[in-house]
Amino acid sequence: MDQEIEQRIWEYIDGHCSPAEQVLITKLLAEDPVWQSKYTELSGIEELLQKEELEIPSLRFSKNVMEKITQYQVAPATRHYINKNVIRGITAFFLVMILGLFIYFLGQIHWISNSSNRLLPVSLDANKLNWGKLLNGSYINIFIGISAILGLILVDKYLQAKKNTGRTEH
Amino acid sequence: MIITGQPDQQIINRILNGDQSAFALLVEKYQNYIFTLVLRFTDNREDAEEISQDVFVKAYRSLADFRGDSKFSTWLFTITRTTCLSFLRKMKLDTLSLDNERTSIQLVNRESSFNANLVEQKSRHTLLNQAIAMLSPDDAQVLNLFYKGEQTLEEIGKIMGLGQNTVKVKLHRARQRLKDKMEKYFAHEVLEIHLD
Repeated sequence: MDQEIEQRIWEYIDGHCSPAEQVLITKLLAEDPVWQSKYTELSGIEELLQKEELEIPSLRFSKNVMEKITQYQVAPATRHYINKNVIRGITAFFLVMILGLFIYFLGQIHWISNSSNRLLPVSLDANKLNWGKLLNGSYINIFIGISAILGLILVDKYLQAKKNTGRTEH
Repeated sequence: MIITGQPDQQIINRILNGDQSAFALLVEKYQNYIFTLVLRFTDNREDAEEISQDVFVKAYRSLADFRGDSKFSTWLFTITRTTCLSFLRKMKLDTLSLDNERTSIQLVNRESSFNANLVEQKSRHTLLNQAIAMLSPDDAQVLNLFYKGEQTLEEIGKIMGLGQNTVKVKLHRARQRLKDKMEKYFAHEVLEIHLD
Protein backbone atom coordinates (compact mmCIF):
# COMPACT_ATOMS: atom_id res chain seq x y z
CA MET A 1 0.00 0.00 0.00
CA ASP A 2 2.79 2.38 1.03
CA GLN A 3 4.66 1.54 -2.17
CA GLU A 4 1.62 2.28 -4.27
CA ILE A 5 1.05 5.62 -2.56
CA GLU A 6 4.69 6.51 -3.02
CA GLN A 7 4.66 5.62 -6.70
CA ARG A 8 1.57 7.74 -7.29
CA ILE A 9 3.06 10.67 -5.36
CA TRP A 10 6.33 10.44 -7.34
CA GLU A 11 4.36 10.54 -10.58
CA TYR A 12 2.45 13.55 -9.21
CA ILE A 13 5.72 15.30 -8.29
CA ASP A 14 7.27 14.50 -11.70
CA GLY A 15 4.13 15.70 -13.47
CA HIS A 16 3.76 12.35 -15.20
CA CYS A 17 0.20 11.56 -14.10
CA SER A 18 -2.98 12.24 -16.03
CA PRO A 19 -5.04 15.42 -15.29
CA ALA A 20 -7.78 13.31 -13.61
CA GLU A 21 -5.19 11.54 -11.43
CA GLN A 22 -3.62 14.90 -10.59
CA VAL A 23 -6.97 16.26 -9.33
CA LEU A 24 -7.54 13.10 -7.29
CA ILE A 25 -4.08 13.22 -5.68
CA THR A 26 -4.39 16.94 -4.92
CA LYS A 27 -7.62 16.12 -3.10
CA LEU A 28 -6.04 13.22 -1.21
CA LEU A 29 -3.11 15.41 -0.20
CA ALA A 30 -5.49 18.00 1.17
CA GLU A 31 -7.59 15.53 3.16
CA ASP A 32 -5.60 12.40 4.01
CA PRO A 33 -2.89 12.72 6.71
CA VAL A 34 -1.12 9.54 5.48
CA TRP A 35 -0.80 11.03 2.01
CA GLN A 36 0.26 14.36 3.49
CA SER A 37 3.11 12.86 5.51
CA LYS A 38 4.30 10.74 2.54
CA TYR A 39 4.22 13.81 0.32
CA THR A 40 6.30 15.83 2.81
CA GLU A 41 8.84 13.00 3.01
CA LEU A 42 9.13 12.48 -0.75
CA SER A 43 9.15 16.15 -1.68
CA GLY A 44 12.05 16.53 0.80
CA ILE A 45 14.03 13.92 -1.13
CA GLU A 46 13.00 15.55 -4.41
CA GLU A 47 14.29 18.90 -3.14
CA LEU A 48 17.60 17.30 -2.11
CA LEU A 49 17.99 15.65 -5.49
CA GLN A 50 17.21 18.88 -7.31
CA LYS A 51 19.94 20.62 -5.35
CA GLU A 52 22.47 17.80 -5.64
CA GLU A 53 25.95 19.13 -6.39
CA LEU A 54 28.12 17.77 -9.14
CA GLU A 55 31.55 16.31 -8.54
CA ILE A 56 34.41 18.41 -9.89
CA PRO A 57 37.43 16.87 -11.63
CA SER A 58 40.98 18.19 -11.18
CA LEU A 59 41.87 21.68 -12.45
CA ARG A 60 44.04 20.19 -15.17
CA PHE A 61 41.22 18.08 -16.56
CA SER A 62 40.34 20.31 -19.49
CA LYS A 63 44.01 20.86 -20.39
CA ASN A 64 44.67 17.11 -20.29
CA VAL A 65 41.79 16.43 -22.67
CA MET A 66 42.94 19.16 -25.06
CA GLU A 67 46.49 17.80 -24.99
CA LYS A 68 45.20 14.31 -25.75
CA ILE A 69 43.04 15.34 -28.68
CA THR A 70 45.94 17.08 -30.44
CA GLN A 71 47.10 13.57 -31.36
CA TYR A 72 43.83 12.85 -33.14
CA GLN A 73 41.68 14.10 -35.94
CA VAL A 74 37.91 14.01 -36.16
CA ALA A 75 37.18 10.75 -37.97
CA PRO A 76 35.00 10.96 -41.08
CA ALA A 77 31.34 10.21 -40.39
CA THR A 78 30.56 6.52 -40.72
CA ARG A 79 27.69 7.38 -43.08
CA HIS A 80 30.31 8.61 -45.57
CA TYR A 81 32.34 5.45 -45.78
CA ILE A 82 29.75 2.75 -45.18
CA ASN A 83 28.14 2.10 -48.51
CA LYS A 84 24.52 1.07 -48.11
CA ASN A 85 24.72 -0.96 -51.31
CA VAL A 86 27.36 -3.18 -49.71
CA ILE A 87 25.09 -3.82 -46.73
CA ARG A 88 22.17 -4.51 -49.08
CA GLY A 89 24.40 -6.90 -51.05
CA ILE A 90 25.38 -8.82 -47.92
CA THR A 91 21.73 -9.01 -46.82
CA ALA A 92 20.72 -10.27 -50.27
CA PHE A 93 23.50 -12.88 -50.18
CA PHE A 94 22.34 -14.28 -46.86
CA LEU A 95 18.72 -14.28 -47.95
CA VAL A 96 19.62 -16.16 -51.15
CA MET A 97 21.70 -18.60 -49.12
CA ILE A 98 18.89 -19.27 -46.63
CA LEU A 99 16.36 -19.60 -49.42
CA GLY A 100 18.66 -21.98 -51.34
CA LEU A 101 19.17 -24.19 -48.31
CA PHE A 102 15.45 -24.13 -47.59
CA ILE A 103 14.64 -25.24 -51.15
CA TYR A 104 17.30 -27.94 -50.99
CA PHE A 105 15.91 -29.30 -47.73
CA LEU A 106 12.41 -29.28 -49.16
CA GLY A 107 13.76 -31.38 -52.01
CA GLN A 108 15.12 -33.90 -49.52
CA ILE A 109 11.80 -34.41 -47.74
CA HIS A 110 9.90 -37.60 -48.54
CA TRP A 111 6.29 -36.64 -48.72
CA ILE A 112 4.22 -39.49 -47.28
CA SER A 113 0.46 -39.31 -47.22
CA ASN A 114 -0.72 -40.41 -43.82
CA SER A 115 -4.47 -40.82 -43.59
CA SER A 116 -4.41 -42.08 -39.97
CA ASN A 117 -2.76 -38.92 -38.60
CA ARG A 118 -4.10 -35.78 -40.21
CA LEU A 119 -2.12 -33.49 -37.92
CA LEU A 120 1.17 -34.75 -39.36
CA PRO A 121 0.65 -35.19 -43.07
CA VAL A 122 4.38 -34.93 -43.80
CA SER A 123 7.28 -36.82 -42.29
CA LEU A 124 10.95 -35.98 -42.59
CA ASP A 125 13.37 -38.84 -42.33
CA ALA A 126 16.59 -37.27 -41.05
CA ASN A 127 18.53 -40.49 -41.63
CA LYS A 128 17.82 -40.32 -45.32
CA LEU A 129 19.18 -36.77 -45.74
CA ASN A 130 22.25 -36.83 -47.95
CA TRP A 131 24.66 -34.76 -45.86
CA GLY A 132 27.61 -35.62 -48.04
CA LYS A 133 25.85 -34.24 -51.06
CA LEU A 134 24.84 -31.14 -49.11
CA LEU A 135 28.38 -30.36 -48.00
CA ASN A 136 30.23 -31.28 -51.20
CA GLY A 137 27.64 -30.68 -53.86
CA SER A 138 27.35 -27.99 -56.45
CA TYR A 139 25.11 -25.88 -54.14
CA ILE A 140 28.00 -25.31 -51.75
CA ASN A 141 30.37 -24.50 -54.61
CA ILE A 142 27.88 -21.95 -55.92
CA PHE A 143 27.49 -20.34 -52.48
CA ILE A 144 31.26 -20.25 -51.93
CA GLY A 145 31.66 -18.64 -55.34
CA ILE A 146 29.02 -16.00 -54.62
CA SER A 147 30.44 -15.22 -51.17
CA ALA A 148 33.98 -14.91 -52.62
CA ILE A 149 32.75 -12.45 -55.26
CA LEU A 150 30.82 -10.44 -52.64
CA GLY A 151 33.87 -10.48 -50.38
CA LEU A 152 36.06 -9.12 -53.17
CA ILE A 153 33.48 -6.39 -53.91
CA LEU A 154 33.46 -5.48 -50.21
CA VAL A 155 37.28 -5.27 -50.05
CA ASP A 156 37.31 -3.20 -53.25
CA LYS A 157 34.71 -0.76 -51.85
CA TYR A 158 36.65 -0.47 -48.59
CA LEU A 159 39.96 0.24 -50.33
CA GLN A 160 38.26 2.70 -52.67
CA ALA A 161 36.71 4.55 -49.70
CA LYS A 162 40.07 4.59 -47.92
CA LYS A 163 41.78 5.98 -51.03
CA ASN A 164 39.15 8.71 -51.36
CA THR A 165 39.51 9.66 -47.67
CA GLY A 166 43.27 9.89 -48.12
CA ARG A 167 42.84 12.23 -51.08
CA THR A 168 40.47 14.58 -49.23
CA GLU A 169 42.84 14.80 -46.25
CA HIS A 170 45.84 15.86 -48.45
CA MET B 1 21.73 23.03 -14.44
CA ILE B 2 23.72 22.75 -17.67
CA ILE B 3 25.30 26.11 -18.40
CA THR B 4 24.08 27.52 -21.66
CA GLY B 5 26.31 29.69 -23.78
CA GLN B 6 27.14 29.22 -27.40
CA PRO B 7 24.79 26.50 -28.72
CA ASP B 8 26.42 23.08 -28.89
CA GLN B 9 25.72 22.69 -32.60
CA GLN B 10 27.52 25.95 -33.34
CA ILE B 11 30.57 24.79 -31.37
CA ILE B 12 30.48 21.41 -33.13
CA ASN B 13 30.37 23.10 -36.54
CA ARG B 14 33.43 25.14 -35.59
CA ILE B 15 35.30 21.98 -34.58
CA LEU B 16 34.26 20.15 -37.75
CA ASN B 17 35.55 23.11 -39.74
CA GLY B 18 38.97 22.63 -38.18
CA ASP B 19 38.84 24.79 -35.04
CA GLN B 20 40.13 22.16 -32.61
CA SER B 21 40.40 24.67 -29.73
CA ALA B 22 36.60 25.09 -29.72
CA PHE B 23 36.35 21.61 -28.23
CA ALA B 24 37.56 23.12 -24.95
CA LEU B 25 34.17 24.88 -24.70
CA LEU B 26 32.38 21.54 -24.77
CA VAL B 27 34.82 20.06 -22.26
CA GLU B 28 34.31 22.99 -19.88
CA LYS B 29 30.57 22.76 -20.24
CA TYR B 30 30.18 19.03 -19.66
CA GLN B 31 33.20 17.91 -17.63
CA ASN B 32 31.44 17.99 -14.26
CA TYR B 33 28.45 16.00 -15.55
CA ILE B 34 30.64 13.38 -17.18
CA PHE B 35 32.94 13.15 -14.18
CA THR B 36 29.98 12.75 -11.79
CA LEU B 37 28.41 10.06 -13.95
CA VAL B 38 31.68 8.16 -14.26
CA LEU B 39 32.29 8.38 -10.52
CA ARG B 40 29.03 6.50 -9.99
CA PHE B 41 30.61 3.60 -11.85
CA THR B 42 34.16 3.55 -10.55
CA ASP B 43 34.16 4.94 -7.02
CA ASN B 44 37.76 6.03 -7.59
CA ARG B 45 38.59 9.60 -8.58
CA GLU B 46 41.77 8.74 -10.50
CA ASP B 47 40.03 6.10 -12.60
CA ALA B 48 37.05 8.39 -13.06
CA GLU B 49 39.26 11.18 -14.35
CA GLU B 50 41.01 8.82 -16.77
CA ILE B 51 37.72 7.41 -18.07
CA SER B 52 36.17 10.89 -18.37
CA GLN B 53 39.12 12.00 -20.47
CA ASP B 54 38.63 8.92 -22.68
CA VAL B 55 34.97 9.85 -23.08
CA PHE B 56 35.90 13.29 -24.40
CA VAL B 57 38.58 11.90 -26.71
CA LYS B 58 36.08 9.37 -28.11
CA ALA B 59 33.49 12.11 -28.51
CA TYR B 60 36.01 14.30 -30.33
CA ARG B 61 37.05 11.56 -32.71
CA SER B 62 33.50 10.58 -33.61
CA LEU B 63 32.06 14.10 -33.59
CA ALA B 64 31.26 13.87 -37.30
CA ASP B 65 28.84 11.07 -36.42
CA PHE B 66 26.74 13.36 -34.22
CA ARG B 67 23.80 14.05 -36.49
CA GLY B 68 21.94 16.44 -34.22
CA ASP B 69 18.82 14.28 -34.05
CA SER B 70 19.19 14.21 -30.25
CA LYS B 71 20.70 16.64 -27.74
CA PHE B 72 24.51 16.67 -27.73
CA SER B 73 24.38 15.87 -24.00
CA THR B 74 22.31 12.72 -24.69
CA TRP B 75 24.88 11.60 -27.28
CA LEU B 76 27.76 12.36 -24.92
CA PHE B 77 26.10 10.53 -22.00
CA THR B 78 25.63 7.49 -24.25
CA ILE B 79 29.37 7.47 -24.97
CA THR B 80 29.98 7.85 -21.23
CA ARG B 81 27.84 4.85 -20.42
CA THR B 82 29.43 2.58 -23.01
CA THR B 83 32.93 3.66 -21.95
CA CYS B 84 32.11 2.97 -18.30
CA LEU B 85 30.62 -0.42 -19.11
CA SER B 86 33.75 -1.36 -21.10
CA PHE B 87 35.86 -0.28 -18.15
CA LEU B 88 33.76 -2.36 -15.73
CA ARG B 89 33.96 -5.36 -18.07
CA LYS B 90 37.74 -5.03 -18.22
CA MET B 91 37.93 -4.70 -14.43
CA LYS B 92 35.74 -7.76 -14.07
CA LEU B 93 38.01 -9.77 -16.35
CA ASP B 94 41.09 -8.62 -14.46
CA THR B 95 39.67 -9.65 -11.11
CA LEU B 96 37.32 -12.43 -12.12
CA SER B 97 38.36 -14.84 -9.40
CA LEU B 98 38.09 -12.23 -6.68
CA ASP B 99 34.98 -10.58 -8.03
CA ASN B 100 32.31 -11.54 -5.50
CA GLU B 101 34.65 -11.26 -2.56
CA ARG B 102 35.89 -7.87 -3.74
CA THR B 103 32.39 -6.50 -4.30
CA SER B 104 31.17 -7.52 -0.88
CA ILE B 105 34.32 -6.15 0.79
CA GLN B 106 33.89 -2.90 -1.13
CA LEU B 107 30.29 -2.55 -0.02
CA VAL B 108 31.12 -3.23 3.62
CA ASN B 109 34.03 -0.77 3.47
CA ARG B 110 31.88 1.86 1.81
CA GLU B 111 29.17 1.56 4.43
CA SER B 112 31.51 1.49 7.41
CA SER B 113 33.60 4.41 6.18
CA PHE B 114 30.46 6.46 5.67
CA ASN B 115 29.38 5.76 9.22
CA ALA B 116 32.82 6.74 10.53
CA ASN B 117 32.80 10.05 8.73
CA LEU B 118 29.30 11.07 9.61
CA VAL B 119 30.28 13.47 12.37
CA GLU B 120 32.48 15.51 10.08
CA GLN B 121 30.34 15.35 6.99
CA LYS B 122 26.89 16.52 7.80
CA SER B 123 26.02 18.85 5.01
CA ARG B 124 22.96 17.72 3.14
CA HIS B 125 24.83 17.50 -0.16
CA THR B 126 27.54 15.32 1.29
CA LEU B 127 24.93 13.04 2.80
CA LEU B 128 23.07 12.84 -0.46
CA ASN B 129 26.22 12.13 -2.45
CA GLN B 130 27.19 9.43 0.02
CA ALA B 131 23.78 7.83 -0.19
CA ILE B 132 23.87 7.93 -4.00
CA ALA B 133 27.34 6.39 -3.97
CA MET B 134 25.89 3.46 -2.06
CA LEU B 135 23.41 2.72 -4.84
CA SER B 136 24.14 0.49 -7.82
CA PRO B 137 25.74 2.32 -10.80
CA ASP B 138 22.51 1.96 -12.78
CA ASP B 139 20.36 3.51 -10.03
CA ALA B 140 22.85 6.32 -9.49
CA GLN B 141 23.06 6.94 -13.21
CA VAL B 142 19.28 7.21 -13.65
CA LEU B 143 19.10 9.73 -10.80
CA ASN B 144 22.01 11.76 -12.17
CA LEU B 145 20.71 11.82 -15.70
CA PHE B 146 17.22 12.81 -14.59
CA TYR B 147 18.10 15.44 -11.98
CA LYS B 148 21.47 16.78 -13.14
CA GLY B 149 21.79 15.83 -16.78
CA GLU B 150 18.42 17.38 -17.64
CA GLN B 151 17.46 14.30 -19.63
CA THR B 152 13.86 13.27 -20.17
CA LEU B 153 12.72 9.69 -19.56
CA GLU B 154 12.85 9.11 -23.31
CA GLU B 155 16.41 10.43 -23.55
CA ILE B 156 17.52 8.34 -20.57
CA GLY B 157 15.99 5.37 -22.38
CA LYS B 158 18.14 6.14 -25.43
CA ILE B 159 21.27 6.41 -23.32
CA MET B 160 20.64 3.19 -21.42
CA GLY B 161 19.05 1.26 -24.27
CA LEU B 162 15.75 0.90 -22.42
CA GLY B 163 12.10 1.72 -23.03
CA GLN B 164 10.55 4.85 -21.51
CA ASN B 165 8.35 2.86 -19.13
CA THR B 166 11.28 0.78 -17.92
CA VAL B 167 13.18 3.99 -17.18
CA LYS B 168 10.16 5.30 -15.26
CA VAL B 169 10.12 2.16 -13.10
CA LYS B 170 13.91 2.31 -12.68
CA LEU B 171 13.72 5.94 -11.59
CA HIS B 172 11.04 5.14 -9.06
CA ARG B 173 13.03 2.22 -7.66
CA ALA B 174 16.24 4.25 -7.55
CA ARG B 175 14.53 6.97 -5.49
CA GLN B 176 13.01 4.31 -3.27
CA ARG B 177 16.42 2.72 -2.65
CA LEU B 178 17.96 6.14 -2.04
CA LYS B 179 15.30 6.88 0.53
CA ASP B 180 15.95 3.51 2.20
CA LYS B 181 19.71 4.18 2.35
CA MET B 182 19.16 7.63 3.80
CA GLU B 183 16.79 6.27 6.42
CA LYS B 184 19.12 3.41 7.28
CA TYR B 185 22.44 5.26 7.45
CA PHE B 186 21.60 8.92 7.88
CA ALA B 187 18.30 8.95 9.76
CA HIS B 188 19.50 11.33 12.52
CA GLU B 189 21.27 13.64 10.09
CA VAL B 190 18.25 13.85 7.82
CA LEU B 191 16.09 14.66 10.83
CA GLU B 192 18.53 17.41 11.89
CA ILE B 193 18.51 18.85 8.39
CA HIS B 194 14.71 18.89 8.43
CA LEU B 195 14.71 20.61 11.84
CA ASP B 196 17.19 23.25 10.56
